[in-house]
This record gives sequence, structure tokens and C-alpha cells, in this order.
Amino acid sequence: MFETFDAVFLARLQFAFTVSFHFLFPAFTIGLASYLAVLNALWLWTKQERFLNLFRYWVKIFALAFAMGVVSGIVMSYQFGTNWSVFSDKAGPVIGAPMAYEVLSAFFLEAGFLGIMLFGRDRVGPGLHMAATAMVAVGTFISAFWILSVNSWMHTPAGFSIDPETGQFLPEDFWQIIFNPSFPYRLAHTVTAAYLTTAFIVGGVGAWHLLRHRRRGEIATGESRTMFSMSMWMAAIVAPIQIFLGDAHGLNTLEHQPVKVMAMEGHYESHPEGAPLYLFGWPNDETQTLDYAVGIPKLSSLILKHELNAPLDGLDTVPDEDQPPVFIVFWAFRIMVMIGFAMLGLGLWSLLARARGRLYDWPMLHRAAMLMGPSGLVAVLAGWVTTEVGRQPFTVYGLLRTADSAAPLDAPAVGASLMAFIVVYFAVFGAGTWYILRLMGHEPSPAEPRLKDVTTGPTRAAGRSPVPDAPKEE
Amino acid sequence: MPLAEGISFDLTVIWAFVIAFAVLVYVVLDGFDLGLGMLFALEPRRKDRDVMMNSVAPVWDGNETWLVLGGGGLFAAFPLAYALILPAVYAPVIAMLLALIFRGVAFEFRWRTERWKPLWDVAFISGSALAALSQGIILGALLQGIEIDEAARQYAGGWWDWLTPFTLAVGLGVMAGYMLLGACWLVLKTTGELQNRMRRWAMLFAPLTVGFIAVVSLWTPFLQEGYYSRWFTGWGWGLAVVVAALTAAAFFGLLTRLRMASAELSPFLLALALFILCFGGLGVSMFPYIVPTEVTIWEAAAPEKSQLFMLVGAGILIPIILAYTAFAYWVFRGKIDADSGYH
Repeated sequence: MFETFDAVFLARLQFAFTVSFHFLFPAFTIGLASYLAVLNALWLWTKQERFLNLFRYWVKIFALAFAMGVVSGIVMSYQFGTNWSVFSDKAGPVIGAPMAYEVLSAFFLEAGFLGIMLFGRDRVGPGLHMAATAMVAVGTFISAFWILSVNSWMHTPAGFSIDPETGQFLPEDFWQIIFNPSFPYRLAHTVTAAYLTTAFIVGGVGAWHLLRHRRRGEIATGESRTMFSMSMWMAAIVAPIQIFLGDAHGLNTLEHQPVKVMAMEGHYESHPEGAPLYLFGWPNDETQTLDYAVGIPKLSSLILKHELNAPLDGLDTVPDEDQPPVFIVFWAFRIMVMIGFAMLGLGLWSLLARARGRLYDWPMLHRAAMLMGPSGLVAVLAGWVTTEVGRQPFTVYGLLRTADSAAPLDAPAVGASLMAFIVVYFAVFGAGTWYILRLMGHEPSPAEPRLKDVTTGPTRAAGRSPVPDAPKEE
Repeated sequence: MPLAEGISFDLTVIWAFVIAFAVLVYVVLDGFDLGLGMLFALEPRRKDRDVMMNSVAPVWDGNETWLVLGGGGLFAAFPLAYALILPAVYAPVIAMLLALIFRGVAFEFRWRTERWKPLWDVAFISGSALAALSQGIILGALLQGIEIDEAARQYAGGWWDWLTPFTLAVGLGVMAGYMLLGACWLVLKTTGELQNRMRRWAMLFAPLTVGFIAVVSLWTPFLQEGYYSRWFTGWGWGLAVVVAALTAAAFFGLLTRLRMASAELSPFLLALALFILCFGGLGVSMFPYIVPTEVTIWEAAAPEKSQLFMLVGAGILIPIILAYTAFAYWVFRGKIDADSGYH
């Protein structure tokens, strides 16, 4: 088995699989950590029970998603070495340091305060508990900062030299390495995507409960209404910002990785007098043509160059061996953009509903919100595929080829571990997703049970009052 | 330039100590919670298992982060070593990662289902056991030496090279040691019958652990010439005797304290002492090699600029991390009983 496969191909498949699975969890928990901090702050500030109940409701889901993010993340930190050891040796001197900073400044912060956030409200008091919750949220952001800096460096390397003897990348200026040209755009676009992802999941769950109550002829709890309303504000405000950030990121990519933009646009041919924006097409790398293309003339030039007749180079100016696989990039990009505009549409719809006083009383809106609940996750993955596949065939753009980055492993070893990852991930994270959906299926109630608070200790060991037994989830 | 060389010498040694420190902290912290996972197999009663798991529920995540620092730090400070070692121990590393997935999610999942709870308990037990075994095997494989192609800066051996009687012995030793740590941790965190049983488990795993330490310690010097001369020539003899005497003292101290009903913290500290002594011994064997006996820490080191940049952060952040980690342990200090924690 696997002897007929190329070890590098299997290693790529494995990395794509494990990182895609992993990315889903932080995409959700980055936003959720901030949402929890906001809910807890609102509870402390307004003393309205619904915020506390929502905090208790979402913190259970957070604990599950965060645990899955942690264990799938440990895999990533070792996979650089197991499958991409040549890349690790060469790029380690440059990207190792920011990755170490991620561990030191983010992972420990999240893990150290997570226990207090989950279990410690009664032990440390509301002030420190709020601080711990905020620390977890800050930790998720710092983590995104460093890992996206590293990723951006691989797209737009800066601040380095190359050791002629070993071929290692050597750091010259860490400021330039960390704040490399694509980093600010990628950070803003990705973190905003994570916030939107969470907002749509929260909104989808809220909509589901609103619909369910309507079917039964009841009125939904204040908790369900509040979370639906909060998430629709996010959609209305953040979705347009995200489209603007995406456009800025795209222009940055055009400047530094024009070949990726050619693949995103399906521009096999150069267009010296204004390039069309293709809405649909079937990219064919063999013939280097975009089959069945449907496009709007000159619109691509208008978007990318802000001028109708601006010339744009196509992939015909790029040697075959330096081209990314166009089909994947082309379609992943379209999926992401379509979802982005659908998000904007839902946000605007919610504003209309609000203006008409029908936010909690418009079943079509709620159905649309429910349908779009997981859309952020799809968009995040599609966007990630666009940028990462668009970087191919390089790991460090233009400098180190993917084929020259892999570990000296045999195909059977990589294939066997790939199979193991696939089986384990689907079984374990499938079960975890099921538990999350089941938690979401029950409504946040005015007496939302705590997740679990450690309420005993030496100070209360004697004559301790019995802990109110939280109802089981089943 | 002698000055520049001096600086790089110091930085590299400092980084070797930082990474060794991260690995040691990982081993003692995650050691007790992996050991606790294996002890699940010996404590079938649900109420006992709930108590055991709740004693580490707030801290396991932080414990495991030290593993990421060990791996990430190695990548950052000694990229060549990272690139040589991980392909050499490919299968045990993958096994360890998958095992850590099972046991990590079991913390959350087993409270979310009644019907499948036994399944997640099995995942917790087998994940903990496989992770411990794999970690021991990785250590053993590193000690016995790995085949490298120096010119290509790559691992040059096969993908089963890590599997030898020696590496298995180290793997079993690590399992026994972790169970000892886990049992001593639970002596500290529990009361009554469960605590008594933990004392008895510790009495069983203490001699087993020390037995494995003796076997591995006597075996190691014969694996590579460098180890032999380090331990059995000149000042090495004296050091070997001191380490052996301290280990024996810790062992007998541990057995004595375990028999005393009032001793709750000291068994855990003495078990830690055993681990620290082993770790010190390993350091003596390996230094200054990072891939014994092929690549020294200086050959594998990242450029001075990288190491210096990271050291600034590590110097500031590691003390802060230690402070808030200690704070988290302090918040959740004291005995755990069945009514607290997760429900």
C-alpha cells in the first residue's frame, strides 16, 4: 500500500488535512473567547441574568471546542519536523523564533487561565474571574498574531539572508521578518473572519431556537433573542468591513504574489487592454484555458487596478513549473467571496428587520441565519485554501520549493500516518462536533446550569454546604 | 572574533538549559496527569474516576503546553536537531500525538455522554499509556543514537530503527514512573479509601520505577563509547556513585513516607526528586550532544541572532508563566471530592 504514491504528495495531503481540521477550532474559539469576555463583562456591568446565562451556555461549548483545538494544534507543532524536516532545518532560524513566542506569550496564557475561567468563578471572585476570561481572549489573539506572522513570512519573505553553505535562511532583521509585507493584511482579514465565523454560529443557534419556539407557538427566552440580536449586529457591521479588508488583502497579494491572483482570477492569458472578471469557468491547466468562461469585460482590471483598460499579465507569462493548480485556487476563492457577500446580505436584511421591529418575528430571516450558521467555517477554509494553494509550488515563496522541503520519508510511512490521522480525526472530532451540536440543541434558559465550578476546598472542607447538583446534559 | 564566539557559546548553552528545563517541567507536570490516566485502569469505580479526573481538570491543558514549548523551542533554537530527530522517531511521535488527542478530548467528552462514558474512559487510559510509552521510546531512541547523513543534513536511517529492546525498556520505565507520580499526586489530592489505595499503588510503582532506572542506567553506558567514558573514567566514577546514592536515598525516603498516614505532600516531592535525578543523569550522559554522539548543541544551534531574540522573550515570559501557573495551582489547591468539578 502507498508504494505507488509520491511521499511528498502524501505529506502535503497530510498537512492539508491536519491543518484544515485544526483551523476550524481556532476559527471558532478566537471569536468565542472574545464573545465570552463581552458576555461576562456585560453581566458584571448590567447585572442582567441573561448575560450570565449566555456565558454559562457558551462556555460549555467553548471548553469542548478549545480542547479539540489544543490537541489538534499539538500535532501541528510536531508535524513541521516529522514531515517537513528539510523546511524546518532551513527556515527554523527565521520562523522558529516567532513560533516560540507564540507558545510563550499565547499558549501558556490561554491554558493557564482557562482553568480559572471554566471552574474558578467562586474561588477567585468576579474581578479575577473576569481578568482570567479576558486573558484567554487576549491569548487567542496573540496566538493568531504570531502564527499568521510566520505564515505571512512564507508568502512574502523579508528581513533575511541565505547561508550559502547550508542553504538556511538567516535572520537579518526580526522587525522586518515579523511585520513582513503581507502580515498586516492577512492578520486583519483572518481575525475578522474568525469573529464573523463565531457570530454566524451564535446567530444560527439563536435562530434555531427562535424558530423552534415559533413552531410551538411560544415566545423564545430572552437569552435566545439576545444572542440572535448580538450576532446580527456583528453581521451587519463586520461583514462590510471584512469585504473591504479582503479587497485590501487582494491588492497586497497582487503586488507581492501576482501569480496567485492570476490563478484566483482564472487569467491564463494576458490582457493588455483590460482584463475581464470571470464569474464562472472551468480552469484547465493542461490546455491552459478557462473553459466555459462567463465574464464581465474589464471588471477585473477595474477592481485590481482601479482602471478599466489597465493591462494585467496572465499565467502565459509564468513557466508551467511555477504555476499553482488553478482549479482549486479559482473555485476556493469564488466560494469564499460568495459567502462573504451572502453574509453582507444577511446583515443588511437584519437591519431591515430591526427597522421594522421584526427581528424576532421573521421566520425567513431566521431560516436564512440558521442555514448560514456554519458558513463562516466554510469561508475560512476556502480562503485558507485560496492563499495556501495559491502559494504553490513553494513553501517559502519563490525561494524554497515544496518538493525540496519534505522529510526523507518513505511513502508507506507517510501514508500509514495519514490514514491514522484521517480515522482518528473523523472519529474523535466527529464525536466532539456531535456533543457540541447537542449542547446547541438545548436552549439557553433563565436558569442555565453552570458548566462545573469547583466549589470545595480546604477553607470549606468542614461543614461544607452540599453543591447544588447541576442537571446532567442528557 | 573570540568575543562573538564567547557570546554564541553562552547563548547556545543557555538555550540547551532552557529546553531541558521545559522538557523537565513537562515530564513532571504531564507525567502525573498521564500517570493518573493509566491509574484509571486500576480504579474502575466511577466515583473514584470522577475524583481523579477532577484533580487535574483545571491544569492539564497548561501541563501539556510545556510539550509544545519543548518541541517549539527545539525547532527555534536547534532547528537541525529538530529536523534530524523527528523523522528518526516518526512512528512513536505520531503515536504520541494521536494518543494525546484521545486522552485530551476524553477530559471533556466523558462528561457529555452517559452511554459512551466507558468508551471515553478507555480512550483516556489507552491514550495516556500510549503517550507515556511513546515518550519513553523517543528518549530511548535518542540515547541509543540515530543514523544521519551529515552532508545532506538529514536523517539517514530506516523508519523502524527506534524499535529495540533498550527503547522498549525506557518506554516501560517511563510508564512506571508516570504512574508513580500520578499515585503520589492523588495521595496529595484525595482522602479516605481512595487515598489509601493510591499509597499502595505508589508502593508498587516506586520499586518498579527504580528497577527500570537501574536497568536503563546500567545499560546506557554500553550503548555508546562516549557514555561509558563519561561515567566510568576519572571524575565520572565519583559522580555515578553520588547520583546512585541520592537515588537510593530518595527511593527509601519515598517508601518510608508512603507508610506514614500524615505524609501527603512529601511522597510527591520525593517522586519528583527521582525524576530530577534521572534527568540530571541524562544531562551528564548527553552534554554537549543534542543528537548523541553525532551533533553537538553548537552544530545544531540556530544563529546567534535568533537565539538572542528569543532569549529576551523567554527571559521575561518564562518567569511570568511560572508565576501564573503556580497561581492556577494555588487556586485549585486542596482536596478534591466527588461532588466538585465536572458534573
